Amino acid sequence: MNQVKEAKKPLQAERNADKPESQVKAMWEALKTNKAAIAGMYLILILTVVAVVVWASELMGMRILPYDPNDSDLSQSFVAPNSQHWFGTDQLGRDIFSRVLDGTKISLFVGIAAVAISMTIGVVFGSIAGYRGGKTDTIIMRFMDMMLAIPSILLAIAFMAALGKGIDKAIIAIGLVSIPEYARIIRGSILSAKENDYVQAARVIGNNDYSIIFKHILPNVVSSIVVRATLGVSSAILDTAALGFLGLGVQPPYAEWGDMLGRARGFIFSAPYTLVFPGVAITITVLAFNLFGDGLRDALDPKSRLR
Amino acid sequence: MLLEVNHLKTDFKLKKGIVHAVNDVSFGIEKGEILAIVGESGSGKSVTSLSVMGLLQEPGKVVDGEILYKGEDLLKKSEKELQKIRGDQISMIFQEPMTSLNPVYRIKDQIIESIMTHMKLSRKEALARTVEMLKTVGIPSPGQRANDYPHQMSGGMRQRVMIAMALACNPELLIADEPTTALDVTIQAQILELLYSLRERFNMAVLLITHDLGVVAEAADRVIVMYCGQIMEEADVKSLFSNPMHPYTLGLLNSIPRIEDESGERLYMIKGMVPNPLHMPQGCPFSDRCDRCMERCTLEMPELKEVGGHKVRCFLYNQEAGKEADDR
Amino acid sequence: MQMIKYMIKRILMLIPVLIGVSIIVFLIMRVFSPDPAPIVLGEHATQQSMQEWRLANGLNDPIWLQYVNYIKDAMTGNLGTSYYTKAPVTQEIFSRFPATIELAIAAIIFASLLGIFLGVVSAVKKNSIFDNGGRILALIGVSMPIFWLGILLIILFSGTLHWLPSTGRLNPLYQPTQITGFYLIDSLLTGNMNALVDALRHLVLPALALGMYSMAIITRMTRSSMLESMSQDYIRTARAKGITNRRVIRKHALRNALIPIVTVIGLQFGSLLGGAVLTETVFSWPGIGAYTVNCILKSDFPVVQGVVLLVAVVYVLVNLAVDIIYAFLDPRIKYAKKEG
Repeated sequence: MNQVKEAKKPLQAERNADKPESQVKAMWEALKTNKAAIAGMYLILILTVVAVVVWASELMGMRILPYDPNDSDLSQSFVAPNSQHWFGTDQLGRDIFSRVLDGTKISLFVGIAAVAISMTIGVVFGSIAGYRGGKTDTIIMRFMDMMLAIPSILLAIAFMAALGKGIDKAIIAIGLVSIPEYARIIRGSILSAKENDYVQAARVIGNNDYSIIFKHILPNVVSSIVVRATLGVSSAILDTAALGFLGLGVQPPYAEWGDMLGRARGFIFSAPYTLVFPGVAITITVLAFNLFGDGLRDALDPKSRLR
Repeated sequence: MLLEVNHLKTDFKLKKGIVHAVNDVSFGIEKGEILAIVGESGSGKSVTSLSVMGLLQEPGKVVDGEILYKGEDLLKKSEKELQKIRGDQISMIFQEPMTSLNPVYRIKDQIIESIMTHMKLSRKEALARTVEMLKTVGIPSPGQRANDYPHQMSGGMRQRVMIAMALACNPELLIADEPTTALDVTIQAQILELLYSLRERFNMAVLLITHDLGVVAEAADRVIVMYCGQIMEEADVKSLFSNPMHPYTLGLLNSIPRIEDESGERLYMIKGMVPNPLHMPQGCPFSDRCDRCMERCTLEMPELKEVGGHKVRCFLYNQEAGKEADDR
Repeated sequence: MQMIKYMIKRILMLIPVLIGVSIIVFLIMRVFSPDPAPIVLGEHATQQSMQEWRLANGLNDPIWLQYVNYIKDAMTGNLGTSYYTKAPVTQEIFSRFPATIELAIAAIIFASLLGIFLGVVSAVKKNSIFDNGGRILALIGVSMPIFWLGILLIILFSGTLHWLPSTGRLNPLYQPTQITGFYLIDSLLTGNMNALVDALRHLVLPALALGMYSMAIITRMTRSSMLESMSQDYIRTARAKGITNRRVIRKHALRNALIPIVTVIGLQFGSLLGGAVLTETVFSWPGIGAYTVNCILKSDFPVVQGVVLLVAVVYVLVNLAVDIIYAFLDPRIKYAKKEG
């Protein structure tokens, strides 16, 4: 009995040293000095505000955007950018500026929701593989490797073909294809965490496997997951746009940037402006998450910060 | 005088302030002489050697003084002119033989590169010279080992390769920066022996940088003791060991373990730690650790003075304090 | 000898990968996807004709038997026939594959050369205008959708400047005699200079669009890898030898930095095959990518399965090639251990 108590002491000390809060605090300190990351953070904030305001006003039946994003007026089609229509109008006479703003909510929502799916499933599988090891590990990770051998866009397209079109299906398809990345990260972190003294100690005092994973290991790999997820949002947004561009993703009446580009593609020479602004919107959004994610990663890894 | 360093000052400009890593250091090396610079880490001994080589990296910079090699100031030479001298007339070996060789090239290619940069030889002749050099530094079956990659050799062997590379172009001055620190004790002795014998054979001068007085005793002709970027004492090796003057030198000597010492006393240690280079004590930099610190030491910086064949920077040996020195 | 043993081992590992990949595709396209009969035959097909079609294509068998049959056929090199063209899948694929490979190779060459160059300049002139400019370019490169970059390139170089063609692979007038299917090689072999120039002109924009993302990734990797290797002791040794800075950077720093860069280039080549799907769509490039998307949408299962298997083979072989190049670049690596 005495021995058990003694084992618990160093355990507590270890845990305090690595406490998630202090980790977060240290990350924030490092992040604050990184101008690019802060710029990315503000961009994400602005985009989120735009998305939430547009969405809320739509729910409340108010019109905040200059035009209804889905209101077509064929007499007004292909108006070049002017003071009325800042970004011009598309083939159906819809105001591109309003549609681009409206599209923010779809891209952010799909991006974040897809990451939530891949992260959850990836974390579960990665944890099991890393913690159990042996055959379970081999089977899970081999399966993940196979998925990586198929280009993710082809895989997503195949999922879309199986599931059908639509926003919910796009989220699932995009979410499913990036599971392996998360599983790999988690598994790697767990394999190294498993060797740590405090996990060994937790085993000695007889904690069961799942409580060890959730209480002791996951809190310590949280930061690397957060980094991966932030960068994951940017690739999920790119994938969403790609599916939309191919006509497979989010369907009308939702305004989605990739879909807008796909539908305007035929007018590339006659009305090139229809193809500029949705692309700018995608690039800025993806850039924002990349800047912030890179900043987080550098803040986590002091070695890379020196560069 | 082969090399003459006068009032060398090297600064590191950091965000938190300027560190005077080398602060007004002057010394000279004669042809064929082995001069050792001894000091703890952070004493500025390595920075001095890198300053001479012109290999300082940002944020380090020589801000004052001159480095005369055969009467010409190296600090006034262009990078191109320096490249002609480096590896040819002045060459250098480093502390870490494990990482100082490029892991992706065979050792012969690394030595040949040096030879062909400075000597007008064909590749074949350069290879022959390489094998000869490897033999000179005592590498068995040099013709074969020349084809090895660095990772296939032990630390001692690699340091021999480094020496072969440094000597390949017959330099007149070899700078050896802690050449034995990373090696086993037995290997250390071998490498020192080698340096000593090569010095005679090639009649080159050696600037030996080390923290180890044992190494100094074994190899050097003359010794400079550095502390916090300044020279504390300079003397020929015999005189330094038989009659150390500066309290810091004394402290270093007393902290060497001796086998013949059976008194059972605990090993002497200099109290305290090297001061933070950004917050140097006022007056003598050693004042806060010195057993014989006087009030004056904490206020003024002593000069480096010639006393009884030594040069020493301590108020104990200044005229006013001369009495006290005799009492010792 | 060890190397050959290792290679054989790695190539044998292809077998489980191919089995796994084919199961994944089988699950998605045959188990979870809707019945292909009405899609292939059209909405107006009769129940009976659909039933006959299913029977003819073995779709009425239990699903495990379908898979076993597929694998059995595949082992004899028979990947089935397209539901639409009735042509053998192998023929469908190999008539289009060279176009994709040509595009992907052009893109990876562009991405590697420019990426390594920018990364080295960035690292050597750290924190200068070049460095910051290069890093911003790399950031934008990874943030732009491939297809949008393609569209911008077309708007600029075809629509506005009229310098380069916007679609297709070659003006049919110049069609070289088919030897390898790679137009650049074929036109060189036959000495058809018009075809060579025209094929190159068609290749420039799609290769730029496809390679930009990889270029950005390679730039970043090169920069950090160069910074790492430039801080190593052997660089100081090299400088102490008195060799020129240029030589220190090229022969010593870059040579060591290349080891991780090669890995990234290999990974990027794998991902280019995915990016080709979008690039080919934008530029109407007659390759396998755009065609596969079509086949997925039209439920042309045998073709999709064939393409995915082929891509998986390429993926594994590229990884193997990377490992082999690795061994040449880094003499410390030996493939005596299992899986290296």
